[in-house]
Amino acid sequence: MQTNSDNILSAVRIEKGFPGTKALDKVDLHLRRGEVHALLGENGAGKSTLIKCLTGAYRRDGGSILLDGAEVDPRDTFEAQRLGIGTVYQEVNLLPNLTVAENLYLGRQPRRFGMVDTRSMNRKARELLAEYELDIDVTRDLASYSVAIQQVVAIARAVDLSGKVLILDEPTASLDAHEVEMLFRIVRRLKKRGLGIIFITHFLEQVYAISDRITVLRNGQLVGTREARELDRRELIALMIGRELATEIQSVHPDAVEGETRYTFRNYGRRGKIDPFDLDVRAGEVVGMAGLLGSGRTETAEILFGAHRADSGTAKVDGRTVDLSSPRAAIRQKFGFCPEDRKTAGIVGDLSVRENIVLALQARRGWTRPIPRVEQNRLADLYIRALDIRTADREKPIKLLSGGNQQKAILARWLATEPDLLILDEPTRGIDVGAHAEIIRLIESLREKGMSLIVISSEIEELVAYSTRVVVLRDHAHVAELNGAQLTAHRIVEAIAATNGRKAS
Amino acid sequence: MMPIMRNYAGRLLPQCIALVIIVIAISIVFPGFLNLQIQNGRLYGSLIDILNRGAPVVLLAIGMTVVIATKGIDLSVGAVMAICGAVAASLITSGHSLAETLLATLAIGILCGIWNGVLVAFLDIQPIIATLVLMVAGRGIAQLITEGTILTFNEPGLIFIGSGSFIGLPMPIVIWLVFGLLVAVLVRRTALGMLIEAIGINRQASTLSGVLTPVLLVAAYVLSGLCAAIAGIIAAADIRGADANNAGLWLELDAILAVVVGGTSLLGGRFSIAASVLGAIIIQAINTGILLSGFPPEFNLIIKAAIIIFILVLQSPRFRTAFSFLSIPGAAGKPTEREAK
Repeated sequence: MQTNSDNILSAVRIEKGFPGTKALDKVDLHLRRGEVHALLGENGAGKSTLIKCLTGAYRRDGGSILLDGAEVDPRDTFEAQRLGIGTVYQEVNLLPNLTVAENLYLGRQPRRFGMVDTRSMNRKARELLAEYELDIDVTRDLASYSVAIQQVVAIARAVDLSGKVLILDEPTASLDAHEVEMLFRIVRRLKKRGLGIIFITHFLEQVYAISDRITVLRNGQLVGTREARELDRRELIALMIGRELATEIQSVHPDAVEGETRYTFRNYGRRGKIDPFDLDVRAGEVVGMAGLLGSGRTETAEILFGAHRADSGTAKVDGRTVDLSSPRAAIRQKFGFCPEDRKTAGIVGDLSVRENIVLALQARRGWTRPIPRVEQNRLADLYIRALDIRTADREKPIKLLSGGNQQKAILARWLATEPDLLILDEPTRGIDVGAHAEIIRLIESLREKGMSLIVISSEIEELVAYSTRVVVLRDHAHVAELNGAQLTAHRIVEAIAATNGRKAS
Repeated sequence: MMPIMRNYAGRLLPQCIALVIIVIAISIVFPGFLNLQIQNGRLYGSLIDILNRGAPVVLLAIGMTVVIATKGIDLSVGAVMAICGAVAASLITSGHSLAETLLATLAIGILCGIWNGVLVAFLDIQPIIATLVLMVAGRGIAQLITEGTILTFNEPGLIFIGSGSFIGLPMPIVIWLVFGLLVAVLVRRTALGMLIEAIGINRQASTLSGVLTPVLLVAAYVLSGLCAAIAGIIAAADIRGADANNAGLWLELDAILAVVVGGTSLLGGRFSIAASVLGAIIIQAINTGILLSGFPPEFNLIIKAAIIIFILVLQSPRFRTAFSFLSIPGAAGKPTEREAK
């Protein structure tokens, strides 16, 4: 029997679809009484969709939820809370301008003669927080305390309200090591009280530090549930990332490059974003960047392009020290950058394909020297043909194009500036298979023409295919560099998984 | 070139139709409305009156269009008008030359724009709040300059700006025509227009593409301040005095309305100066029409609000999708109409 009495919460064959995608495909999740259950998967795997179905924030399309053996059907988060399922999010969703006590008892304040009895509310709040080893002034505003304390207050409220199941959605993302330890002490204590706890995080060290069992989702499907003790890190990452890609991408592993080193970064970094790193990039080379989400991949790209200013180290191009303090400064050095989030940072939705393609070039020329319309048309047509951008005509608003064609138009925007170094952050995410292959071919041909590229991707097999070297990142630091014979998917996964003696943070 | 002209006509078509309908409606109620005559080498008539009275709102709408295109808004223009009117009046009465007065007044308008622009672009304050500061404070500043009185003047040069005429047209019309044309050419013949639209649609993507976002944002608010300064001078010259309490009062709302009636989205992006100018003239035509038709003035604001709600409903995406079937015959008719041109 799957649904034995040990399970406090059982989600069976949960289905949820959004227009065009199946976000959850018959996913099972069984949570035992008194266990910490890690829910893992890369972005878009379906973790938060599953949580939202459990807490009633989404209506599921199929499947059933059993709480304490009885079928429940929470229609919204309030009902889920009342039934016993409490959730604490990464961004504390309490009211920062109310006092700690008010936050704990909001909506159910103790009353006397019809008025809120502040004194007994504060006393009860102090007693409640004492159970969490927290001795703070409950009459002060919540905002005056650290995020860690706010998290604990949120947990205390959720447990006090609900008391059967506690869902922690990336609670440790903005905490330091000491605060994480405090949070984990509380989680262990709640576990002893028999609560079932679902824990979502991207930090694998923390998964092993606290979890009893692990469930992995990928592309909306259940990959499996395992005992944490019996699953080693490498296996876990392979479960999360998957290996199907291997068959799709023919390895065109480029020959060793002969080009000269053009870009030299020494001790380059920014506090809180990415630890200082050294990086060399040659002409005609593709440097891959691998690592889990939040490992510092995107931060590396942003700092190289000046989207965030580096606060340590030096950058040299062809031996000259250069200033990369803003995107404009980086563009002056002939850098280009396709950001990860195409919608919010890449396309200018209401402008036409033509205007999107000429935007960076026009910005570099300055507003007083407009690109003549004839030249704009020529550039747009040139890249629409060269990159096979599928659009009715160049005047169509770019937001009406498919994801892959938008991505190609953003690539065209940078190619029009004739860059020497192109930084691509997840260039193949969320686009269809055909466009996917075309972009990989484009990366190949740009490299052959002598351009330098830095490519970030979650798809390890793909990185292996086109990179001459791969830098592996973990916990906001560059931790390994693989090239030549070492450059295999297996070695990259191992490097991502290695603990390297780092403490849980 | 022809397709571009056709696009332009298509863009302005709804505003032109609205204006024609309003003018026809007024001339039915008030038969003398369309009459024009020339006296002392100057055109007179209700139509000219609309263009003349509408000058301040037209000017404000020109600056407001560019600010709104950047996804901003400038609530301070009415107050800046009051400040600039007060500055002009006090400088001219204290014996400065006309040129000095005008230059100093325009400089004050630009300064107000820089203040707004810096709050928005560099301190990242929401435009509605950032410009609210000057909207509230500005009228106080204007009252300080006039020392609480209505500062009158008799300098013929300054008065000429309000009531003089040039090749048969009243000066205010000449000023907004020339200034509007200058701005339209400036934004469309350079890359300014496209870069401003890019910022309004996606500021982050524009910055990452190397657009000098903060400077262009400040420039938009400076243009708005400059427009308000010119409007302030015209308003003061018209009544030969600076009234710190009433000059430009609520005109920021008319200017925003003109931009919206002109079809520029408050969410930023695509904009048309010409359409906003038409929007401002539509609003003035409604004002004049209601006055002429003899309704009690109290009805003025209510009728105006009703017409505006009607225009805005026509523009709402929900209305458009709900009634898209209505536009099918119109859409089918459009190509033939264009071919005829």
